[in-house]
Amino acid sequence: MRAFIDFYNSSVGKKLIVGLTGLLLISYLVIHLFGNLLIFRADGGEAFDTYAEVLPQIVVIRIIEIGLFLLFILHIITAAYTWILNKAARGDAYKIQKKNETSKVTSRTMFLTGSIVFIFLVVHMRQFWFNSRYEATEGYSMFEVVRATFSNPVYGAFYIVAMFLLGFHLKHGFQSACQTFGIRTKNYVSFIDLIGIVVWLLIPLGFASMPLYFLLYF
Amino acid sequence: MNFTLKIWRQQNRTSKGKFIEYQAINISPDMSFLEMLDAVNRDLTKKSEDNIAFDHDCREGICGSCGLFINGRAHGPQRGVTTCELRMRHFVDGTTITVEPWRSRAFPVIKDLVVDRTAFERIIQAGGYVSVDTGSAPEASSIPVPKANADEAMDAAACIGCGACAAACKNSSPMLFLSAKVSQFALLPQGNAERRIRVQQMVKQMDEDGFGLCSNTYACEVECPKKISVVHIARMNREFLRAKFL
Amino acid sequence: MALNSKIPEGPIQQKWDNHKFNMKLVNAANKRKYSVIVVGTGLAGASAAASLAELGYNVISMCYHESPRRAHSIAAQGGINAPKNYKNDGDSIWRLFYDTVKGGDYRAREANVYRLAQVSGNIIDQCVAQGVPFGREYGGLLDNRSFGGAQVSRTFYARGQTGQQLLLGAYSALSRQIKKGSVKFFGRREMLDLVLIDGQARGVVARNLETGTLESFAADAVILATGGYGNVFYLATLAKYSNGTAIWKAHKKGAFFGNPCFTQIHPTCIPLSSDYQSKLTLMSESLRNDGRIWVPKKQGDKRNPKDIPEEERDYYLERMYPSFGNLVPRDVASRRAKEMCDKGFGVGSTGLAVYLDFADTIKRNGKEWVEEKYGNLFDMYHEITAENAYETPMRIYPAVHYTMGGLWVDYNLMTTIPGLYTIGEANFSDHGANRLGASALMQGLADGYFIIPYTIGDYLASAKFTKVKTDDAMFKESEKNINANINKLLSIKGKQTVDEIHKKLGKVMYDYCGMARNLAGLKKALEIIPQLRKEFYEDVMVPGSADNFNPELEKALRAADYFEIAELMVTDAIHREESCGGHLREEYQTEDGEAKRNDDKFSYVSAWEYKGNGMNWELHKEPLTFENVKQATRSYK
Repeated sequence: MRAFIDFYNSSVGKKLIVGLTGLLLISYLVIHLFGNLLIFRADGGEAFDTYAEVLPQIVVIRIIEIGLFLLFILHIITAAYTWILNKAARGDAYKIQKKNETSKVTSRTMFLTGSIVFIFLVVHMRQFWFNSRYEATEGYSMFEVVRATFSNPVYGAFYIVAMFLLGFHLKHGFQSACQTFGIRTKNYVSFIDLIGIVVWLLIPLGFASMPLYFLLYF
Repeated sequence: MNFTLKIWRQQNRTSKGKFIEYQAINISPDMSFLEMLDAVNRDLTKKSEDNIAFDHDCREGICGSCGLFINGRAHGPQRGVTTCELRMRHFVDGTTITVEPWRSRAFPVIKDLVVDRTAFERIIQAGGYVSVDTGSAPEASSIPVPKANADEAMDAAACIGCGACAAACKNSSPMLFLSAKVSQFALLPQGNAERRIRVQQMVKQMDEDGFGLCSNTYACEVECPKKISVVHIARMNREFLRAKFL
Repeated sequence: MALNSKIPEGPIQQKWDNHKFNMKLVNAANKRKYSVIVVGTGLAGASAAASLAELGYNVISMCYHESPRRAHSIAAQGGINAPKNYKNDGDSIWRLFYDTVKGGDYRAREANVYRLAQVSGNIIDQCVAQGVPFGREYGGLLDNRSFGGAQVSRTFYARGQTGQQLLLGAYSALSRQIKKGSVKFFGRREMLDLVLIDGQARGVVARNLETGTLESFAADAVILATGGYGNVFYLATLAKYSNGTAIWKAHKKGAFFGNPCFTQIHPTCIPLSSDYQSKLTLMSESLRNDGRIWVPKKQGDKRNPKDIPEEERDYYLERMYPSFGNLVPRDVASRRAKEMCDKGFGVGSTGLAVYLDFADTIKRNGKEWVEEKYGNLFDMYHEITAENAYETPMRIYPAVHYTMGGLWVDYNLMTTIPGLYTIGEANFSDHGANRLGASALMQGLADGYFIIPYTIGDYLASAKFTKVKTDDAMFKESEKNINANINKLLSIKGKQTVDEIHKKLGKVMYDYCGMARNLAGLKKALEIIPQLRKEFYEDVMVPGSADNFNPELEKALRAADYFEIAELMVTDAIHREESCGGHLREEYQTEDGEAKRNDDKFSYVSAWEYKGNGMNWELHKEPLTFENVKQATRSYK
């Protein structure tokens, strides 16, 4: 435990935790996305409903769910903590600092994009997860809920914007995590950037395709 | 060329500073930025006014003493040069130039544009060396090092310790400085014996000095006058992981 | 007082070993009872402070920078010599010794030079073990390059930043000892006086440059490693704040000054372009390995160098010195460049430059090859001159770079003041009248790592010490004098800045005591310098106050000493009626313009004793005997 506290207290340790949790969360997103893509099956939502119904009944999934919850908490708290430390490290601010000439906007807005994604997450959980788990009645169809929600232009638009920001967050986050784990070496930079495109572009695009689909076709 | 300068003036560590405007007149485009400040100081001296204090010494970009935040950029707008190497031809005639000291909680201002960078000393003292007493070294050629490693170690070792990385970083993190030293020794067999303890102690010292955490914005790489690559930060992170878990 | 150089008996190969055996040792447990002050943290100072601390002494280290790593050793580019003979080209300790004595034009002490050559191999071992990233071959072994004044490749290098890497090595060793507490380091402190008690050097008074307060430090011995005094010339390749104050204060307290007029003018510097320029920038001598030096054959030829056909170019070094060509020693290369310019062959807007051309090398090996070897130098040249040296030849001109002279020291590196040692460029010892390239780094580290740690022990073990505290009267007296001096400078409130008067001094020195000297000019300088000194004390304006960070005051304190050092340099140059190395008296040269030594009359070290009452000195002579290298006319033809 003492070793963990030492690790957590060190700056690089905290970075590694943010990076590791981030990467695990990305892998969750991939699984989540593949499951959800069932929604596009042209069977009136049957497969998707079954998936949504069966999944929570698997014990392992429930355990993973708890782990996932802890991952989020660790990621968010640690990242927020580093943000506070970093603010303090500057001391007096510069009168002029041309940050846009030296770094990318995605790298400087992680706290902002992360915060918005967090708000989205709360709304998203309330809407889909909490509902189905604790307020579901007989004949509850996840597909119907999704359709109803995404057909609502306000919610659909919110979802799409959030996915856009998630892409922003992942664009920096993925390669940053690779850097933190020390695998972003000269030989691998271009490879990581390639995988990065899948992560920051395709994942959010995949998620965003759902509200888009319902907005356009229903 | 003529310029209006907005320069941070601060009497000492404890006093409150402010920006004061000066005119730099008849500046030759071939002058270095510091020679331009010399000219302004000469005018101040003639008026018996206290000179604008700034650190400098070798004036050829190697001692690492100079370091000014010029128009929002560490060492000014050019890449790969220190403030003393920066020439006035890179500025537009008649414009205003804002000059600030390095800003970081770990680099307190001593006077005007001079900051205290002894935090860097403490980081090196924490482990930036190979423990070899004078006289105990083996014959030089008994330690072969692959050329590629020696070259990359040299890339890292080129760091002049000016502090631009921490000054430019939005988090005020000196990871490029620290990683350059860790990376140099990680690439060489001489550094092997102490590699675990070195990286852990140096990181610990960096944290204690009140620097921020690296968030991989890579602004340091852009501002580094010696063009040191963030690849060294990746290697340092790996060294840290290795020290903790392997 | 008679000079005793304390050269050990025996054949030259055994002198140092015998001496090491005969010296008294300080018992390991007793070492922590002794304390040593080391002023300066360049190669010599940092390596000495670290090595002494490793042995167990209590060390106080100080420098005027915030950090030891910023000392001007860091700017040395080319390399460091050691006769490892890795190139199998016939190098040996003897050859390095021979080259150095010859390169110094037979005005160095044989025994010291031999010892230097002997320990130089250990330096490379030590530095490699510290992790200094020297250039290597593909097989992983160390690479060497050749340098001026030698026909073998014995120069180890770390790109164009060898001085930086060696200094960072010594600095890392020092940092390790600071962390351990065996070295107490004081940054931003400038030594302003040496304190003698019972005739022994027992401490220094330094000014805290941040707060302006004077601080006294007491110890059992003092080592000065404060570098050279080349900034007397105002424009030099030295760092702006490099200065002669520490050795000058010691000189005025009784340490003799050796060969003050021996100044090295480095041939490959970027020429001065205008009046505002604050310093000259050196480019590594290694450029002469692959660049060819030339001027147009026609005087005042202002054509673009590319338009000057091959047959109208005079590659004068290759013409005059067929066997060494562009790799003649620095003094020769510099003098010839000046000669060419004086005769009207100079190029560039001022006519004070010659070309250094890489066109042939680029044609032969390609641009990438040149870029890899010299890229940083070409970049630097471009930044300063806005010219692309890959396409048009560089313009170069000699500039003051190094002072071979310095405080006189005996074989143990002790000055004429007991307990006061001087190492590195600050002493006069190893380079005679001209230093070879890549030898300064070698000497600084030899003194610091491998000589002073032994010789200081002998003194500490045999001398008697009274207990000294920093509130003793001598320290207070010294502080009082310094304060009076500072207040004097602040109260003049004249019209000129320190730099303006210093620049005038520099011009006088370049004109009359530079690359070529003659009696009439030197006498003229001797008239002007006291006038300038007077002008300084009547008309200088030092703004600000003494009680905080005040760079102008620092400059004024340093410049005040330059006006005195200059006078001693000129006095020495007048008295030495011969030409040798960097000291070329126009009256004494051969028909084809080579330096003509007078070994019968001047085969000695001039050691000047300060006599007080204004600028008065007494000359002492340490005769130089050459038992191993025959004094011959130096020839590089």
